[in-house]
Amino acid sequence: MPFFLAALGIFALSALACLVPSLLRPSKQSAHLANVLGLLGTLAGSVCGLLALFWPGQPPLASFQAQLGLPFGTFSLALDGTSRIFLVPVFGLGLLCAIQGFLSLRHERPSQHNLGVHWLFYLLLLLGLTLVLSARDIVLFLISWEIMSLAPFFLIDFNDSDSRVRDASWVYLVAAHLGAVALLAFFVLFWQCTGSLSWQTPVTNLTETQRTLLFVLALAGFGAKAGLAPMHIWLPEAHPAAPSHVSALLSGAMINAGLYGIIRTVSLLSPKGIPPEWWGWLILLLGLGTALMGILKALAQSNVKRLLAYSSVENMGIMTMGLGCAMIGQSLGNGWMALAGLAACLMHMLNHATFKGLLFLAAGEVLHATGTVNMAQLGGLAKKMPVLAACFATGCAAIACLPPFNGFTGELTLALSLLDGSSLASTERQMALLLSFAALCAISGLALTLYAKAYGMVFLGSARSGFAENVHQKSWHGIWPLMVLALGCLALGLLARFVFLGTGMAAAELFPMQTLTGFSQARTSLDQSLTTVAAISGCVLLATALLVALRKHTLHRRGIRFMPTWACGYQRGTSRIEYTDASFTEPLARVLSPLMGQKVSISQEPGLFPRYSQLLVKAPDRLRRYVYGPLFAAIESVCNALKIFQHGKIHLYILYILATVVGLLIWGLV
Amino acid sequence: MFLNICLYLLVLSNFLLLGTARVVQMTKYTALQGFLLAILLFHFGHTVLTVAVLLIKGLVLPGLLWRTLKKMPSEALICPHRLVAIDVIAGMAGLAFAIWLDGRLGSDLTHNLFPELFLPLGLTTLFCGLILIIGRVKAITQVIGYLAAENGIFLLGMPLMTQGTTWFELALLLDVFVAVFVMGIAINRISDSFASMDVDHFRSLRD
Amino acid sequence: MNTAFFSYLANLALALLLAPLLFGVINRVKAKVAGRHGKPLLQTYYDLAKLFRKSEVISPTTGLFFQLAPALQLVAILAALCLLPLGGNASPLAFAGDFLLAAYLLGLGRFAMIVAALETGSSFEGMGASREAAFSALAEPIFFLAISVLTSLHLDLGETHDWAFSLSLLFGGQSAGAWLSGKFELLLLPIVFFLLLLVENSRIPVDDPTTHLELTMIHEVMILDHSGPNLALILYASALKLWFFASLVAGLLVPDLGAMGFLLWIAVIFLVACAIGLVESSMARLRLKRVTTFLGGACAMAALVLIFSQMR
Repeated sequence: MPFFLAALGIFALSALACLVPSLLRPSKQSAHLANVLGLLGTLAGSVCGLLALFWPGQPPLASFQAQLGLPFGTFSLALDGTSRIFLVPVFGLGLLCAIQGFLSLRHERPSQHNLGVHWLFYLLLLLGLTLVLSARDIVLFLISWEIMSLAPFFLIDFNDSDSRVRDASWVYLVAAHLGAVALLAFFVLFWQCTGSLSWQTPVTNLTETQRTLLFVLALAGFGAKAGLAPMHIWLPEAHPAAPSHVSALLSGAMINAGLYGIIRTVSLLSPKGIPPEWWGWLILLLGLGTALMGILKALAQSNVKRLLAYSSVENMGIMTMGLGCAMIGQSLGNGWMALAGLAACLMHMLNHATFKGLLFLAAGEVLHATGTVNMAQLGGLAKKMPVLAACFATGCAAIACLPPFNGFTGELTLALSLLDGSSLASTERQMALLLSFAALCAISGLALTLYAKAYGMVFLGSARSGFAENVHQKSWHGIWPLMVLALGCLALGLLARFVFLGTGMAAAELFPMQTLTGFSQARTSLDQSLTTVAAISGCVLLATALLVALRKHTLHRRGIRFMPTWACGYQRGTSRIEYTDASFTEPLARVLSPLMGQKVSISQEPGLFPRYSQLLVKAPDRLRRYVYGPLFAAIESVCNALKIFQHGKIHLYILYILATVVGLLIWGLV
Repeated sequence: MFLNICLYLLVLSNFLLLGTARVVQMTKYTALQGFLLAILLFHFGHTVLTVAVLLIKGLVLPGLLWRTLKKMPSEALICPHRLVAIDVIAGMAGLAFAIWLDGRLGSDLTHNLFPELFLPLGLTTLFCGLILIIGRVKAITQVIGYLAAENGIFLLGMPLMTQGTTWFELALLLDVFVAVFVMGIAINRISDSFASMDVDHFRSLRD
Repeated sequence: MNTAFFSYLANLALALLLAPLLFGVINRVKAKVAGRHGKPLLQTYYDLAKLFRKSEVISPTTGLFFQLAPALQLVAILAALCLLPLGGNASPLAFAGDFLLAAYLLGLGRFAMIVAALETGSSFEGMGASREAAFSALAEPIFFLAISVLTSLHLDLGETHDWAFSLSLLFGGQSAGAWLSGKFELLLLPIVFFLLLLVENSRIPVDDPTTHLELTMIHEVMILDHSGPNLALILYASALKLWFFASLVAGLLVPDLGAMGFLLWIAVIFLVACAIGLVESSMARLRLKRVTTFLGGACAMAALVLIFSQMR
C-alpha cells in the first residue's frame, strides 16, 4: 500500500508541477520543461504503481483509510484482485503512452499547443483512473470519476484549432456527463436504500424493485463510459480526434473503468453473490449486440483511427459477453461458465489494452509520418518503415485472435465458457448460448478480414497518393514503446496460463463460485489447454523459422530474380488501379451492407465514354444521425424557445424578480 | 427407425422446397413429399390409401403442375433470391417453434396420440406450406404451398386414422385434387390474359 | 498408450505422404467423367519435385512477409492437422478447445496468404484476397455451429468437459456411433463439412482451381506472384488442407472400429476426393453473388441439425 499511495501522490504533485510551465510564456524551454516534467511524473508514478501491484508478500486485500475533509465520505482505498487487474493497463499503458507521447510531442511548436496543460490533464486522468479503480467510498468514487471523465475532454481537444476536433470533444463531454447523471442518480439511490457510503460491502437489505432500478441505472451510467451500444457514439468521434497516445490510453485503459463499474456493481448488488438470471442475459445480449455492431461498423470505415475506435466498441462487447456468461453460470450454479466467463472477460481486457494500445500508437505514427490515416491514400509504408509495419502487423494478428498472440487466449476461454451452455437445464438457454457462441466466432472471423484490410491497405502494396510517398521517416528508437507492446502481445499469448490463473483468482473473489460444480475442473482443464496452446504456438513459430531458413539455404545458390508484379499481361499498371479499402470489403458489403450502414453513391457523366466519374463509399453512424441528432436538435429548439425570456432588458428582469417574490409570498401565506 | 428416416426426409424436403428459387424444382419436391407420405401410410397399414396417395399426391398433382409449368413463360419460374433466404429462416423458426410446442404440450397428449416426431414435423410441414403461400409472389407457388400445407395436415391426421376414416381421407384427397385442377386451369387462363404471373398484379381484379 | 502414439504417428506420416494424391484422384475422376484419360495420378508429386528444384522470381513491390507467408501457412495447417484424430486414433496433443486452435491456425495461414497477396500491390491479387477473406469469414460461423452441435451432443452423452471439447472425441468415431444409434439428423453434418471443404479449398461451385487469370478466381489469383519453392509449399499446404477437411468428413462417417479402422478412414477420404471430382464435373462455378446463397444453405443445414439435436 505505501507504494500505491506514493504513486497517487506523485501523480497529484507532478500534475501540480505541470501547472508551472503551463503558466509560463510559451517558448521552446517551457514546452521542453512541461514535456520532461510530465514524462518524469508518469514514469515515477506508474513504476510505483506497478510495484504496488506486484510487490510480493502483500495481503490479498490491502486497504487504507483517511478523512476526506468533507461533510460526508472518507478517503477509503483498497486493492483486491479485480482492482489490481484493472490497474495493470492504467499503469503499464499509461507509462508506455507517456513515453510515446513524449517522443512525438518533442517536435510540436510551443506557440500552437500548451504542453503544460496537456501533461497536467494526462496526469490527472491517470490519477482519476487510479482512484476510481481503488476507491471504496461512494463520494470518493464519484469525485474521482468526475476527474477521470473531465480530463479526457482537454486531452481530446489538443488540436483545438480544428473545428472537427472541438466538435468531437464536445460530443465526448456530453456523453460523459449524460453517463455521469445516471451514475449520480445511481449513487444517491444507493445511499438512500442502503444508508451506507461504503463501496465494498455487499448489499443485503434491498427490495426487488430497488435492486432492479439500481442495476439499470448502473448499466446506463457505466455502459456509457464503456461504450456499450447504443451509448457508444462518442468513441468513433473522440478517438480519431485525440492525439494517438491519448486515444491509446483512453481505449486501452479508460473505457475499462466502465466495465469495472458494471462488474463491481453486479458483485455488490447480487443477493448472496448470486445475480438474478435475467441480469446475465441482459448483459450477454447487450455485449453481443455491441460486438456485432462494432465489428460491422468497423468494417465499413476507411479512417484507420475511426476503424480502431469501432473495434474498441466491439472488444468491449466481447468482454461484456464474458461477464454476462459468467453471471448466467453463477446464477444457475454452473462453475465452469462462471469461472471461464469472468476470467475471459478480464483476460480479454488485459489483452485488448496491449494490442489496442499498440495499434493506436502505430496509427499515430502513421499519421505523424504521412499526415493522414485515410486508408485510400496510404499504402506501401512497410518498405519505408519496416519496424512500424512489423509492430502494426503483430497488433493486427493479435486482435484478429490468431494463435501465437494473446487475443486468441481470451477468445478460447470465452468460447469454452459459452459452449458449456449446452449443459444448462432448458433448451431455450442452450440454444441461446450456442448461438451466441457461433456469433462470437462470426465476429472474430470478420475481425480477421477487418485487420487484414487495415494492415494491407496502410502498409502494403504501393503508395496510393503523395501522402504515402513523401514519408517523414523515423528510426526504431522513436517508436520503441510500440516494440515493447508488440512483445507484450506475444508474451501474454505464450504465458496465458498465468494470466488465466490470476484473473481466475480475482473472479473467484468477486463471486462465490468455488463451491459450484465444474469450477475446479474448469480451472485445471483451461490451465492445461492454455499451456498446450502456448506449446503448440511456440512450435509453430520455431518450425516456420526452420522452414524459412531451409528455403533461404536452398535458394542461396540459385539466387532470386526480381521482376515487377505480374499484372496478367497489363504493362502499365499504376497504383491507382490497386485495390482500396472499400473494394476489399465489397464482397462482404454485398451481403452485410444493410447492417453495416454503408452508403455507396456513384456520379458519372452520361454517355458511353464518361470522362468524369466518382464513387463515394460512406458509413455514417446511423444512431447518431437518426436518433441522437434529432433528439438534441429538439432539446435545442425547446431551449431556444425559452430565449424570449432572455431579452437583455434590465427593467423587465427586475419585474421577474418582483413577480417571483410576490408569488412566493402568496404561496407561503396561502 | 425406418419411420424416422422418412420423417427426416420429409423435413428436408420442406426446407428444399423453401430453399429453392426454381418452380420446376419445387414441383419435384412436391412429388417427393407425396411419395414419402405414401410410404408412411404403407407403414401404418393403410394399403388402399397408400395407392390413392401415391397416385394423386405423388403423380397426378405434380404432373398437373408440370403441365401448367410447361406453358408458362420462363421468367415466371424463378423467384427472387432474397425472398428465399427469408423463407428459409422463417421455416427454421417454424421448426424450432413446432418442436418447442411439442415439448410444452405435455407428453400425455403427444405420446398417446402421435408417434415421436409426428406432431412437430406435421406442424413444420404445415408452417412451411403457409410460408410458401405468404412469402412467394408467383401464382404457381401458391398452389405448391397449398399442397405442402395440406401434406402437413394429412401427416397430422395419419396416426388418428381408423378404417372408417379412410373414406373421409379419400374424399379430402379428391377435394384437393379438384382444387388444384381448378387452380391449374385458372392459372393457365390467367397466364393467357395477363402478361405476368405475380400475385401482386391480381390486385387489379379486386373490384 | 505407446502403441496408440505410434499408430497416430504412422497415420500422420500416411497423411503427409498421401495428401498430394488427393488432387490426382480428383483430376482422374474428372477426366474419366469427361471421357479423357487424364493426367498421371502422381502429377502433384512431380509438380512439387519440379518446383522445389527451381529458383524464384519475386516482385520488388513485396517485402519480407511475402517470402515468409507460404512457410507460415504450411506450418499452421500442419499443426492443425496434428490436432485432428487421424485414422481413429486420438491426437496426443488433444486438449479442451483444440478445435478452436485448429480453426484459428487455419485462420493464421489464411491471414498470411491474404497479407502476402496484398503485398504485391496487384489489383488481381487484391481481388482474390478480398474474396478469400469474405468467404472464409462467412464460413467461420458455420464451422463452429456444426462443432457446437457435436460438443453438446457429447456433453449430453455424459462425456467430461475436457474430452467433449476436443476434436479427438468429436471426430474420433463416437459421433458415427451416435448417428448409427438413431440420431439421423447428424448425417447432415458430414454434408455441411463437405460444403465447407468446397469453400475452404476453393473447389468448383465456389472457385475454379483450373482456370488461371480470370476475374472470377479466388485462391489461384492470390498466389499468382509466388514461384519456385514457395509455390511448392503453397501447393503442398493446400493438399494438406484438403486432407484436413476430408478427415473431418471421415471422422463423422467412420465408426470406432479399433486398430484396422484407419483403412476405412482412408478409404472415406479418397471417396470424398471422388465426390469432389464428381461435383466438379457435374456443376458449373457459381456466380460470386450466389456463393453467399451456397454458404447460407450450409448454414441452414447446420442450424437444422442444431435445432433437431438440441430441442429433443
